[in-house]
Amino acid sequence: MDVVFLSRLQFAFTIMFHYLFPPLTIGLGIVLVFLEYRWLRTGDELYHRAAKFWTKMFGINFALGVATGIVMEFQFGTNWAVYSRYVGDVFGSALAAEGIFAFFLESGFLAVLLYGWDKVSRGFHFFATCMVALGSIFSSIWIVVANSWQQTPAGFQLVEHEINGHAFLRAEITDFWQMVFNPSTINRLVHVWLGAFILGAFFVMSISAWYVLKNRHREFAVRSFTGGLLLGTVAALAQLISGHFNADMVSHHQPAKLAAFEGHYETGEGGTALHLWGWPDDETRGVKGSVAIPGLLSMLVHQDLHTPVKGLDQLEEDYGRPPVWLSFQSYHLMIWLGMLFIASTLYACWCWWRGSLFSRRWLLWFFVFAVMLAFVANEVGWVAAEVGRQPWSVYPTPDGTGQLVGGLKTADSVSEVVRSEQVLGSIIMFGFIYFLLFVLWVFLLDRAIKQGPDREPVLEPPPVTGGEAAAAITARAAHVPPPFDPRNEAE
Amino acid sequence: MDLNLIWFVLLGVLLAGYAILDGFDLGVGMLHLLARGDAQRRTFIASVGPVWDGNEVWLVTFGGALFAAFPEAYATVFSGFYFVFMLVLVALIFRAISLDFRSKTESPAWRRTWDIGFCVSSTLATVLFGVGVGNAMVGVPLNTRGIYEGGFWNLLNPYSLAVGGLAVTMFLMHGAIYLHLKTTGSLQQRIYRWMWITYGAFVTMYLLVTVVTWITIPRATTPLASSPFAWAVAVVNLLAVLSIPYALYRDWSGRAFLASCLAVAALVLLLGLALFPNLVTSDPEPANSLTIYNAASSQKTLGIMLIVAGIGMPFVIAYTAIIYWVFRHRVEIEAKDHRA
Repeated sequence: MDVVFLSRLQFAFTIMFHYLFPPLTIGLGIVLVFLEYRWLRTGDELYHRAAKFWTKMFGINFALGVATGIVMEFQFGTNWAVYSRYVGDVFGSALAAEGIFAFFLESGFLAVLLYGWDKVSRGFHFFATCMVALGSIFSSIWIVVANSWQQTPAGFQLVEHEINGHAFLRAEITDFWQMVFNPSTINRLVHVWLGAFILGAFFVMSISAWYVLKNRHREFAVRSFTGGLLLGTVAALAQLISGHFNADMVSHHQPAKLAAFEGHYETGEGGTALHLWGWPDDETRGVKGSVAIPGLLSMLVHQDLHTPVKGLDQLEEDYGRPPVWLSFQSYHLMIWLGMLFIASTLYACWCWWRGSLFSRRWLLWFFVFAVMLAFVANEVGWVAAEVGRQPWSVYPTPDGTGQLVGGLKTADSVSEVVRSEQVLGSIIMFGFIYFLLFVLWVFLLDRAIKQGPDREPVLEPPPVTGGEAAAAITARAAHVPPPFDPRNEAE
Repeated sequence: MDLNLIWFVLLGVLLAGYAILDGFDLGVGMLHLLARGDAQRRTFIASVGPVWDGNEVWLVTFGGALFAAFPEAYATVFSGFYFVFMLVLVALIFRAISLDFRSKTESPAWRRTWDIGFCVSSTLATVLFGVGVGNAMVGVPLNTRGIYEGGFWNLLNPYSLAVGGLAVTMFLMHGAIYLHLKTTGSLQQRIYRWMWITYGAFVTMYLLVTVVTWITIPRATTPLASSPFAWAVAVVNLLAVLSIPYALYRDWSGRAFLASCLAVAALVLLLGLALFPNLVTSDPEPANSLTIYNAASSQKTLGIMLIVAGIGMPFVIAYTAIIYWVFRHRVEIEAKDHRA
């Protein structure tokens, strides 16, 4: 196996594992800010307990995000040295800015969040929570800036750099703000944030729904679920709009990526259809088993039913061809999941309004597991974005004459001196470690969920004999909360 | 002072910040298994728990700043020392997990696993950092394009291993002095003895490495011949090292810790002076070295990054100070209290 393939595999594996955590902490960060704000304003103890409980969840996820995040920063240098030399001037700046603006903020105030409950005032704790949430937002800004620059480079020029008589081209910043606000930054940033909010909301809903179903921590669970549902609904609806803007942006700046997303091989005559699903096939250059809506892609791209959208046949000579099947399926899976999130949250809202939400056990069970779909949606969105960018690590841009310049092929980006057996070794190593981390993550979340938000009193059974036993059992039974009555939940 | 030099200095500041701050929590990690019983171990973890993550960010930011300011050096070092960086990652991942997850359950086997994880990963990371510095001092084979040409075993030369030993003893001492500041009672009395022992070990390695450097790496000592500034740093370093035992003797653990910080910072400065103007010294072909000029980003980018650092670093220092203030108290953990 060649070193390019292995390095791509390693990057995909490590970034996908890492990306389980950042969107969750961004999403939960917003939740924590809200809960502590309410606690500060109302003094309601339930908000305090809720804030503590979700902070514990946040802590577990943040720790894994940190542990797996440092791998990413090292990997540009270890596996993609040629890429690093080519883009360091631009891309490195964004990474350094992330360190200075985001990481110090997050890691510093996280300590107050986790260990400072008894050490600082409520107001300062709230401030620390805001700073951690802000830090995770800053972090996403700089990472998305860096990645968006790879997708739609701007504000740079190619300059010949020389080392000991060896001259080579590299990208250098000409306009910092153009680099930061390159054509895709804002669209993609909003998309990433909304994805994070959806995940945070579904995470909250999952655990709360489970408590409702198990009839535990009822008041906490009902309120958490309702809050999560509200956030999830708004974010899912907004994501539809954001998704449209992103697709539109991709059609202008990365036409071959859009063609791969849509499985659009041949330009053809007249309007271009939109495939709802299907199985793209490079051999026949078509989508098998597809259900397509005629003219819809033309409508979305050109606002006209009859203007053909450029297919890969016209684009792949200049842009190359991304892996169509993977781009198509990950893109479509993301969209279908997004639709499912909209449908399920709207339906749940309707049930909530009717007062029947918490008695629909099947719907609650759906939300217990839907968080996994939200993870999948975040991951496949990125798979579509990154696979669709291929075969480039830095996408080429048209110069004044329409000539494509400035691109760097993924195959040309790997380190000069790293050999495939080294990468294979590190893949196996990360495989072992991340498997262990995954098991730990599930174990610790499961444990924290079972412990729940209450500081539950340790019930040490009294030494009982004979008639006393029955009395003790009756006495303890009296402490069991009454079964949940759905008719009361609308209050 | 040109921008390249400023960024060289700023990288030195980040590295010194990292060595001072993460230095003590690496030291606490290496000493961790000497703590007896769960309460003492929880005291050790709690003494660094709120701050270690922020301390490690200095390293992450050093990496990011190296990438931005000197991408050629970043690319050459990270890809050339592939296996070493993978080991560093293993160490840092296990360290983070051990620190964060040890207290999550009460099972003794669970806690013992993460106790060992914390100690081994801290030791491994420290040795690797020391070996890295050692290789930076002796130089590594680069080709004319500035790409590493050696293998993994080149890096494990005796000099670099000795610097690895110096790093271990230095952080052990630094960590012991920090623990002395954060503990009370009989545990603190035990740690008092560790301070002396680790100080002795540190001075031994310090003398050894200094002598060997003086004899075998003439390039490293030339700044002393020409620059009074270099002399001043060397004198400060020596005074700091010498003042530690006095402070220990008078039982001024705060001053001992400050002196230890100063000694660490001065050693990082001496490293910078020895390397200057190289980032990666080529040996045996010095002409192939990557310097702060040929490995740098454009002047425009260095200028932009200076603005970024100028805006960001005051904030960083402010909230680092706030966090250390919030968690300034000594750690006291009762044996029966199983949280924390």
